[in-house]
Formats: sequence, C-alpha cells, structure tokens
Amino acid sequence: MFLNQFLLLSAALFAIGVYGVLARRNGVLVLMSIELILNAVNINLVAFAAFGNSLAGEVFTLFVIAIAAAEVGVGLAMVLLLYRNARNIDLSRIDLMRG
Amino acid sequence: MGVDLLVLAFERPAIDWHAFAPELVLLSVGSLVTLLDIVFLEKARPYTAVVAGLGLLATAVPLLTLALDGTDRVLFGGAYVVDEFALVMKVVFVLAGYVVILLSTNYVAEGDYWENEYYGLLLAAVMGMVMMASSRDLISLFVALELLSIPAYLMVAWRKSDLRSNEAGLKYYLMGVFASAVMLYGMSLLFGIAGSTLLSDINTAVVAGGASVSVVTLGIVFVVAGFGFKVSAVPFHTWAPDVYEGAPTPVTAFLSVASKAAGFVALLALVFVGFYGRPEVWEPLVWILAALSMTVGNLIALRQTNIVRLMAYSGVAQTGFMIAPLAVAGHSTAVGDQALSATVTYLVIYAAMNLGAFAVIISLARKTGSAEISSFAGAFRYAPALTVAMTVFMGSLAGIPPLGGWFAKFEVFRVLTTAGDPWGYALAVVAAVNAAVALYYYASILLRMWADDVPDGDVGAVPITPSLASALAICGVVTLLFGVVPQTVARFTHVSLLALGG
Repeated sequence: MFLNQFLLLSAALFAIGVYGVLARRNGVLVLMSIELILNAVNINLVAFAAFGNSLAGEVFTLFVIAIAAAEVGVGLAMVLLLYRNARNIDLSRIDLMRG
Repeated sequence: MGVDLLVLAFERPAIDWHAFAPELVLLSVGSLVTLLDIVFLEKARPYTAVVAGLGLLATAVPLLTLALDGTDRVLFGGAYVVDEFALVMKVVFVLAGYVVILLSTNYVAEGDYWENEYYGLLLAAVMGMVMMASSRDLISLFVALELLSIPAYLMVAWRKSDLRSNEAGLKYYLMGVFASAVMLYGMSLLFGIAGSTLLSDINTAVVAGGASVSVVTLGIVFVVAGFGFKVSAVPFHTWAPDVYEGAPTPVTAFLSVASKAAGFVALLALVFVGFYGRPEVWEPLVWILAALSMTVGNLIALRQTNIVRLMAYSGVAQTGFMIAPLAVAGHSTAVGDQALSATVTYLVIYAAMNLGAFAVIISLARKTGSAEISSFAGAFRYAPALTVAMTVFMGSLAGIPPLGGWFAKFEVFRVLTTAGDPWGYALAVVAAVNAAVALYYYASILLRMWADDVPDGDVGAVPITPSLASALAICGVVTLLFGVVPQTVARFTHVSLLALGG
C-alpha cells in the first residue's frame, strides 16, 4: 500500500465535493457535497497519520467528525426553516437581496 | 506505537488554570445563561442580557491579572499560548462582545422572538474568538473557528419567520462551511508535510523544503483562502453584503467586527508562526487579496443606497487595508514585527469605529424604519448628538485626523514604505487612491445627514436607550484616544509573534 493511493482517493473526493457545491442548486445536496469534502480531509489525515507514525492525525479526524455532525445539525435545521417559510429549497430561487 | 500507548498509564498533563481562566469564565457564564433560559423561560427574560454582560466584564478580570503578570504561558505542548498578542486580542473580543450585547438588548426580541438563547450563543461565539487568539495549532484553530462560526450562523438566521433572515443565514452557513471544508483540506496537507499539527513544527517543515513545493503551496493557499472568507477579503467576500443586510443589525455589527477580527487573528498566527519561513508563497497571495479587497470593495460601495450594504463593502475595503501590511511582512523580522503591530492596531481601531457606526445606524433606523441612506437625510435636525457621533465614526473610517482611523492608516502606510520593496510601494499607491475614493462615500452620507431636509418632515427626537448610549460612549472614547494620543495607546497594540514562532 502506498500513501499516494489514499491521497488520490481523497483528491478525487475533494474534487467531486467542490463540483457538487458549485453545480448543485438543492440545499440538501450541497450539504452532502460538503460532507464529501470533509471526508476527503479525514482520509488525508488518517493516511498521513498512519504513514507518518503520529497520533495527531487521528485525533484531528475525530474532531472533524464531531464538529461536522454539529454543523450538519445546524445546516439541516436551517434548510428546514427555509422550506417552512418558502416551500422550496432551491438555492437559485432564494435571492431576495441583491446589489 | 498504538500498543505502547495502551500499556502506558495515563498521566494528566499539567494545566495552567490561570492562563485558561478567561475561557472558563465565559464557558460557565454561557452555560448559566442557557440554564436560566431553560429553567425560568419567560421569567428569565429581563436578566439574561444583564448576566451575559456582567459575565463578559468578569472575563476581563482574569485577562487583567494575566496582563499584570506579564509572562508568556505555553499550554498543551505549545498548542495554546497566552502571550501579549493573545491578551490584547482577547480584551478586544471581550469588549466588542460587551458592546454587541449593549446593542442587542431588546433589539433582537423585536417582532416577538425569543431573546434568551441569543446571549448564550453570543457568549459561545465570544469564547471561540478568545480561544482563537491563543491557538497555535491546527486542531485548536479549527475548533475555535467552529465554536465561533456555528453560533454565528444561528444568530444570522435569528428572525425565524423573516425570509430575508433565513436566506442570509443559509447563505452564510453554506459558504462558511464550504470555506472551512476547503481550509481543512489545506490543513490536512500541511499536517502531511509536517507530521504534526503545531504551527511551529509546520514552519520548520515548510522551511526545510523536503516536501514538494506544490503541496506546500496548495496547503498554504487553501488555508489562507478559508480565513480570507472569514475576514471577507475579495474574492471571498460575496456572502458579506447579503448576510449583513438580512441579519438583525446587532448581529451584523458582531460579524463585521468581532468575527472579522477573529479571522484576522487566526491569519496572523498562521502567517507569523506557521508560514513565516516561506514568504514567497503567501506574500503575493496577500498582495493580491489586499489590492483586490480595497479596490473592489470601494468601487462597489460607491453605488450602494442601503447603508448596511454600504458598510459591508466598506468593511471589505477596510479588510484590504488591514491585510496589506502582511504583503511585505516576510521582508525581515523587523518589518514583520511592524506589520503585525500595524494590523493589530488597525483591528482595534476598526472594531471601535465600526461598532460605533453600527450603534448610530441602529438608533436612527429605529425612527426611520429603513436602512436606506436617503431616509437618514437631515438627521441633524432631530438627532444632533447621533449625527455628531456618526461624523466621528465615519470620519475615522475615512481616516481623517485627529480620529483613530488616521493613525491606523498611517501605520499601514509606514510599514508598506519602510520595507523598501517595489511591491510594497505599489500597494501603498493602491491604498492611497482607495483612501481617497472611500472618503467620497463616507462624506456623502455625512453631507446628507447634516445638510439635507428630513424626507418625511417628522423631526420628533430619537430616543437613545441607556445601553445604546454606553455603547456609543465606549466606541467613541476608544476612537478618539487612538486618534489624539496614538503613541500612548499604541504601546498596547505593538506586539510580536516572531520571537516565539521563529
């Protein structure tokens, strides 16, 4: 096993996630794409930690997972709030403010 | 290695409780406010703001004793450091948080919203910022950033049934989470290079040059971009105007000052402790961010009709000024120290003048019921005191002596020119042109307030609540002090990080 294999996997996940954030217009799908990026981060951290003999990477990963969970909780609540008020979660259709 | 760890008995690392006391006070007061809300519900309403405000003032006590003690304290193997820089920024954050509480009292409850939780969230965010000032490690930076950001997302979306507030909250959330995810990816690459999350180890690793240049560059660019979002530097500023407009105005004041300052603190720690040995990577990046932020921010601000959106773009332009000294900071250690002092001084003055401007906007918008600049016309007729205050803050933002803003800009120009670098001179020219452009729109607001007629002819006095008056007083005093006796006050903001990170 080489470190490169993990890094390539995580780079691919990162690219897919960034594409999803930029191209998707549905609030929940954008959230899922962000999760993909965070998982790319986790794979990177764990791979580096495993090959570099350092525990800090695993600890960092645990922090990322825990905080991502809190973040998604807030994010889903906000999407739900928007759905209640606007009856739609299409991000291209919420543009009350511009200028 | 894993097996060895299981065999070893766990030994608690020594904890310096004094160094950690401000965070502990914030944590306990924040929990107390939340508990009061849960237990007493509506009955707790008159007390939560008071408890939160007193809690922030109580936080100043351990900060003061730490400052008097004066020694640098290093905790958790260097991941958390309480030094002069950290203490100055912590005091700024706590004071800014206190002013935001003064601005928020009663305001956030208007339109029948639950007010109590707001203060718990605010204290959590302040705690995140206070932690940010001490973080010298990727993990603690990340945790502090999220502790600040997650409550901020909720506070922006505070008006649950107002679609604009919802939209602002969701936009801020999605862009914020995206930015922190990209930043984390950069952090993971930096961790890979250094094999450690400590910023000082990362500096050693990026200087050593064993790692591939592209990985180092990618890591640094991603991390700077993530914090560029937090400080709303162009091209990561697109969220700011919409979020500022949709959020309740005290929250806007909080975002434009406190959370921006926190982003800067992290950026300073990263640049000066983490990446200082590789200026060829971050200097051009910072140069571009600074020049773009000043120019784009000012040009778009010129054609704004809504004062909150104008403040958003003016904030973007001010970010350009604050970040500019970093573009020459890698020149030498002496210039680096000056650049750090210039940015910290600017941050402190900016916090005071911008919060003050928002305090005036909040007071006036109560009467006019609108944030359009045209509705503030003729404010001098019915609110002379507020108009004078606005003149002080706007004049300071524009950089007119003897108000604080001129000293902030002076420090920036001084650093840019002392470096003796052609790029530094070029940036100084860009900054000078932009300072002139900015004067135009700040002055045109003031002209309307002083000279025009009141649009609806209603010249009834504007009531100023005691909390708003104290907020105005705090901001006004700090703005004037820095302008009138800059050398005396600037002793506190002339700090150094390089001695430690070097």
